[in-house]
Amino acid sequence: MNALLSFLNSMPNAFSQGLAWGIMAIGVYITYKILDIADLTVDGSLTTGGAVCAVLITMGWSPWLALGMAILAGMLAGLITGLLHTACGIPAILAGILTQLALYSLNLRIMAINDVLTLGEAASKTKPTLALNPDRNPLLVSSRYVRDLALNNPLILLTVFAVVVIALLYWFFGTELGSSLRATGANGSMARAQGINTNMTKVLGLVVSNGLVAFSGALLAQYSGSSTIDMGRGAIVIGLAAVIIGEVLLGKVFTNFALRLLSAVIGAIIYYVVITLVLRLGLESTDLKLLTALVVAVFLAIPNWKNRYFSKKGVKAHA
Amino acid sequence: MLDVKNIRKTFNAGTVNEKAALRGVSLRLEDGDFVTVIGGNGAGKSTLLNAIAGTWLVDEGSISIGGTDVTRLPEHKRAQYIGRVFQDPMMGTAATMQIEENLALAARRGRARTLRRGITREEREKYRELLKILDLGLEDRLTTKVGLLSGGQRQALTLLMATLKRPQLLLLDEHTAALDPKTAAKVLDATERIVNKDKLTTLMITHNMKDAIVHGNRLIMMYEGRIVVDVSGEEKKKLTVEQLLSLFSKASGSDEADDKLLLG
Repeated sequence: MNALLSFLNSMPNAFSQGLAWGIMAIGVYITYKILDIADLTVDGSLTTGGAVCAVLITMGWSPWLALGMAILAGMLAGLITGLLHTACGIPAILAGILTQLALYSLNLRIMAINDVLTLGEAASKTKPTLALNPDRNPLLVSSRYVRDLALNNPLILLTVFAVVVIALLYWFFGTELGSSLRATGANGSMARAQGINTNMTKVLGLVVSNGLVAFSGALLAQYSGSSTIDMGRGAIVIGLAAVIIGEVLLGKVFTNFALRLLSAVIGAIIYYVVITLVLRLGLESTDLKLLTALVVAVFLAIPNWKNRYFSKKGVKAHA
Repeated sequence: MLDVKNIRKTFNAGTVNEKAALRGVSLRLEDGDFVTVIGGNGAGKSTLLNAIAGTWLVDEGSISIGGTDVTRLPEHKRAQYIGRVFQDPMMGTAATMQIEENLALAARRGRARTLRRGITREEREKYRELLKILDLGLEDRLTTKVGLLSGGQRQALTLLMATLKRPQLLLLDEHTAALDPKTAAKVLDATERIVNKDKLTTLMITHNMKDAIVHGNRLIMMYEGRIVVDVSGEEKKKLTVEQLLSLFSKASGSDEADDKLLLG
């Protein structure tokens, strides 16, 4: 009974984290599902979003402005990966890994910016964590108020953010430019034959995606009250888990594009509810990466197994 | 309209897989020419079309379309002049997108993609009318995903897409080869109709000699990266398959050529 109560008690927190990660999952959806690229930049750009937002808030910036700058920083990271992939001809997966690795060094520097500016030579030039405090820093979302029946409850703003992101993307992917992005992922040679510069659309997709991922990182840093160097470790797998869970559970019902994006957010929420549950059952939080990897591996394997062992003989997808 | 001057292309140069696919091809098409291209496997037919479309850049020579030199232009920039239908029905359309979305993409070929709506209501009406002409029952399935269509339906749709915005040059790369004979005839029929109606300058590869003779006003035959036969006008109208085969044997200097050409 006690265990159940404490599980229910931690639900608001699970929902908040799920919503914040859901925005990240939408970013992953854009690259993985729409562009058909597995973009590993996100492990770095999530942290970059958190680091930029946190350092600017500690420097006294408005949290809205800090959020905006975090998004821009993420978009820049996506641009770098995009250029490495298209202009330099590096395979997408490796281009993402290169940017992610470079961002590790940069993120450590970013978090030390305030110290270097105020303390000068005496300050350490790198910093692995940066704390934010809702008493001293103006934060848009904070886990402290997650159980309050008040307007500063983070669940409200996080829901608004998720809805706005979905609405904006729904509009964008219905435009000529957005359609050309979808065509690029669906069939590159067809897109080029229709005069679409597929290099440009790929870069654009990576920019938008990493902007969203950094947005999510900035929200997570504020929500949890700190930005840390490894907050993005394995982010791509969590994002994929959310996308896949959403697709498996809701893919049949949610066919509209906006609903598909919503299903990624719902997937992220379910992911965090499940995580909360297994933590209550006695697993260590450090075991979660193992669990997440297993879940994603199984769900990615199921469709292949289905095709291989359960499909009717002689019937092919495009007969 | 199209002016190809002495183009050359070698794949995998300097390796054991080196293949000189185009060995100095020159070809001039006048406005409204409908040229059929035949030749055996590896003769360079598809390579010629890909060179013109800009799938990659040629090693030597020049290509101009309607007076514009496109030799160094990337594929997506040449698309404003060119409509294409590929041999593989999967290649010309986006399977996960709707029929109307595919058409809307094609209607904007060669134009900058803006933040305006990807498809408008007037367009939908227009597409419905155009699909009716194809006579494949697609006019009531505008929002169907293209992946659910048959190969023939996809090729017909690709043909419509390639000509939706009038291309200066239409490139057809054995676009009926993957279809069953009945569907192939239907798609070829639609091709003839569209090309004649819009007086399109067309280059059509086919493996069927009869089709090559029946369609178009000029026929070229390729062999080992060169154009070896070029027949047009009255001479082409009177051409028979037997004559074509002997022309080929003469040009290639090989007796076993008959089989090779027929099988290709």
